[in-house]
Amino acid sequence: MQEQKDIKRLRALIKRLKFNDYVFSLVGLICMMVAVVTLLGLFTDLLIDGMARLNYDFFTSFPSRRAAQAGILSAWVGSVLVLSVTAFVAVPMGVAAAIYLEEYAPKNLLTAIIEINVSNLAGVPSIIYGLLALGLFVYQLDLGQSILTAGLTLALLILPIVIVATRESLRTIPREIREAAYALGATRWQVISDHVIPYSKGGILTGVIIGMARAIGETAPIITIGALTFIAFLPPIPFTGDPGEPAVGMFDWLFSPFTVLPIQMFNWTSRPEAAFLINAAATGVVIIVMTLAMNALAIYLRYKIRKNIKW
Amino acid sequence: MFLAAFSAVAITLAIVFILFYESLAFFEHVSIFEFLTSTQWSPLFENPQYGILPLVAGTLVTSAVALLVAVPIGSIIAIYLSEFAPHKVREVVKPFLELLASVPTVVFGYFALMVVTPMLQTFMPELPGFNMLGPGIVIGIMIIPYIASLSEDAMRAVPMAMREGSYAMGATRFQTAVRVISPAAISGIIAAYILAMSRAIGETMVVAIAAGQQPNFTFNPTEAAATITAYIVQVAMGDLPHGSIGYQSIFAAGLVLFLMTLAFNILGHMARQRFREVY
Repeated sequence: MQEQKDIKRLRALIKRLKFNDYVFSLVGLICMMVAVVTLLGLFTDLLIDGMARLNYDFFTSFPSRRAAQAGILSAWVGSVLVLSVTAFVAVPMGVAAAIYLEEYAPKNLLTAIIEINVSNLAGVPSIIYGLLALGLFVYQLDLGQSILTAGLTLALLILPIVIVATRESLRTIPREIREAAYALGATRWQVISDHVIPYSKGGILTGVIIGMARAIGETAPIITIGALTFIAFLPPIPFTGDPGEPAVGMFDWLFSPFTVLPIQMFNWTSRPEAAFLINAAATGVVIIVMTLAMNALAIYLRYKIRKNIKW
Repeated sequence: MFLAAFSAVAITLAIVFILFYESLAFFEHVSIFEFLTSTQWSPLFENPQYGILPLVAGTLVTSAVALLVAVPIGSIIAIYLSEFAPHKVREVVKPFLELLASVPTVVFGYFALMVVTPMLQTFMPELPGFNMLGPGIVIGIMIIPYIASLSEDAMRAVPMAMREGSYAMGATRFQTAVRVISPAAISGIIAAYILAMSRAIGETMVVAIAAGQQPNFTFNPTEAAATITAYIVQVAMGDLPHGSIGYQSIFAAGLVLFLMTLAFNILGHMARQRFREVY
């Protein structure tokens, strides 16, 4: 009699616990769906709002006082130029720093300090980089509120991302490859340039792309250095210019005032007229498509590299 | 190459130097005591008041709202992905979360202003167009992927043997997740929360767009209030002459922000070391 009661209680307990399990897996699924669906809903909303303005003219017009004629020509050209400066600075510096830390650095206090610094920098809010750039580049070094300043600022911002990604991909190369090269009499630099870098190229590229995708969307630091929001001209093209005047120098564009896509969007978002909000939504769609495309490319590359590992 | 690596240290030093250098100039005009205790922040008015508290309050309120949204949802997603979801779901959802984490913040600011706040206004008709609740919720949504991804990593790192031991004792997946895996991964999970907090504090564009520009010493999330970051953006958008007190004040505000996030980052780092369970 007692035994049967116990078994019954046990069965009830198991049933309850299994029910809890089931309930939680449902709750988890729902939470995930809520997060995903909310975001998808927001993007759809953005797309619907901005769709009307996404045409050829939008990409080839300057900003204007009339919302219907305003475009993002100066903004996307500015974004492309700023990003090229960023890549030009951040990629060599980040890769070199990672190779040093991974392959050359002795185990001492200085190396430890550098490593802690790299991980700390990744946690510094981006607006602080803007303040650094405002104090250092704009006023101490007198570079002005130019494409060069913005490019350098974003380069500092994504440097930790490039360093961390590069180190991770260097670390996946097995010891044996290095040892085999050393055994054949290669110097350290030969090992690195002939083996380590070529094998980790994919991983480095992935890190660079993710860093650049981050840089496209960064608004706060660029606002802080004082980018203008209403730019109705393009930076000077090298070796052109009106006849009679001195030709434009090769690097003059670096010092030109500029605007970038996120700033253009911010500017239009903070206007009261509803028509400009449509422009903001359209700009948002352009930014999102660019960042998502770059990130998707990075994820695809990572997936492909993982499949093609030679060892 | 050493120089390139050392640049990381140089950047940190430059940040600290610039912030302190300009803040020192600021504190020549304003006493530190007034800065830390006054509840008025109006550096650009006729009769300037320099109390950082309203900005700090605004920052803390939006971050708290964000965490209230992100911590429960993020944790549940992490547990679900790590312990419940089939392998295939995880392979699809994880990259998707990474994608979401990379959406530019200015876009989220637009959402806060145009979608979330109007939606909240249908429930709370007296909610002003600029408020801290909407941006807080949006920042929360923004950091969900961050918390979910970091906590999930921590839970995956718990050895399989512990899971198997728990199952062998007849525990269900839910019991295992809550009583075995979560305590074992608690250091990583707490670190994820703290890092998310530091992210919410430093978040700029969402609050600059949707939380209002008026410093307001309040802990009520339905009111409008500027945060530290929003103030910096507001001043930088205007054209303040170099060397003026308003120009210096954004560096003082930046210094406070930097110290706050630094404190949270160090806390997160310590949490990871401290509660590390040895197995």
